[in-house]
Amino acid sequence: MAKFLKKGGKETPGISTASLPDIVFMILMFFMVSTSMRQTDRMVNVKLPDATEVTKLERKDLSSYIYIGSPTSQYQSQFGTDSRIQLNDSFKTVEDIRHFVAAEREALSEADREFMTISLKIDEGTYMGIVTDVKQELRRCSALKIMYAARKKVVTNY
Amino acid sequence: MASKKTPEINGGSMADISFLMLIFFLMVTTMDAETGLSRRLPPMPSEDQQVQDLKVNRRNILDVKINSKDGVMAGGEVIYSDAQLEEIVVEFLTNPTDSDKLPSKKIENIEGFGEYPVSEGIISLQNDRSSSYKKYVEIQNILVKALNNIRDQFAKSNFGKVYNDLSAEEQEIVRKAIPNRISESEPKDVSKK
Repeated sequence: MAKFLKKGGKETPGISTASLPDIVFMILMFFMVSTSMRQTDRMVNVKLPDATEVTKLERKDLSSYIYIGSPTSQYQSQFGTDSRIQLNDSFKTVEDIRHFVAAEREALSEADREFMTISLKIDEGTYMGIVTDVKQELRRCSALKIMYAARKKVVTNY
Repeated sequence: MASKKTPEINGGSMADISFLMLIFFLMVTTMDAETGLSRRLPPMPSEDQQVQDLKVNRRNILDVKINSKDGVMAGGEVIYSDAQLEEIVVEFLTNPTDSDKLPSKKIENIEGFGEYPVSEGIISLQNDRSSSYKKYVEIQNILVKALNNIRDQFAKSNFGKVYNDLSAEEQEIVRKAIPNRISESEPKDVSKK
């Protein structure tokens, strides 16, 4: 009978975790390729408007960003809730755009300067007044290539 | 004498290390798709230059106006739906019946294609200071959509493909035949009149 009294029985073998590093590395590679480094901390809330006819920004390295929106909650006590302009890491006024554009242009190589694109990341609730002021200022410092950043809306056909 | 084997390095912590790196990348990178509507602003007229109104025939301009309450008006009509605006824009840019109320066409010789009557219509988008940006982008989007529709139609009837599938030269031809004439006009207060 000893045959039947075998102690311990057959244990289920543990799942091998040897391939776990490979899987995680694969996910890591995916993220490294598909994302880009965050350049600035957002100090304003920006909810981009939707659009269907969007195009991709061709050269990310040639683009500068202007954020316009209501300051995030941690800055609201200081700056209020009105729409503000954020350039790099601080709140600026329309007049500062001139220096910002000049600095950004200076940072590019001479051949690339004419392709510089200003990407306007503007909250959808912003009034056009401030947007118009920014656009006029951009015209004045002849940064004419702009892009209204918008999220691609998926068109649903019912 | 038993040869002493070098002990294998334990690879068990590899997963932990790569997880750590994964978390790091998740934190410091963004995945915003950089998409949007590309535009070219008109250059600022220099100060000594007299601001002169370009003599553009009245029939060649389509005024699209957004007021402070986000109401839209195009060519004297109040717009209630997106499709209505698109229809007006398409009709304005193509002028299928050669009506004398819609823009004139100028026969132009396009390289690699031949002669084609190019519409001289200009869409002028005006907004009030207190219109919302959301509406503005929405209207811009409709204008681009109408333009893309016309280009697609032209491309299909001449090359048998939609615009995006054409080669670079063919796209150039289509762009010349149906130019993008959406003007970012000088700011005006639409409501104060």
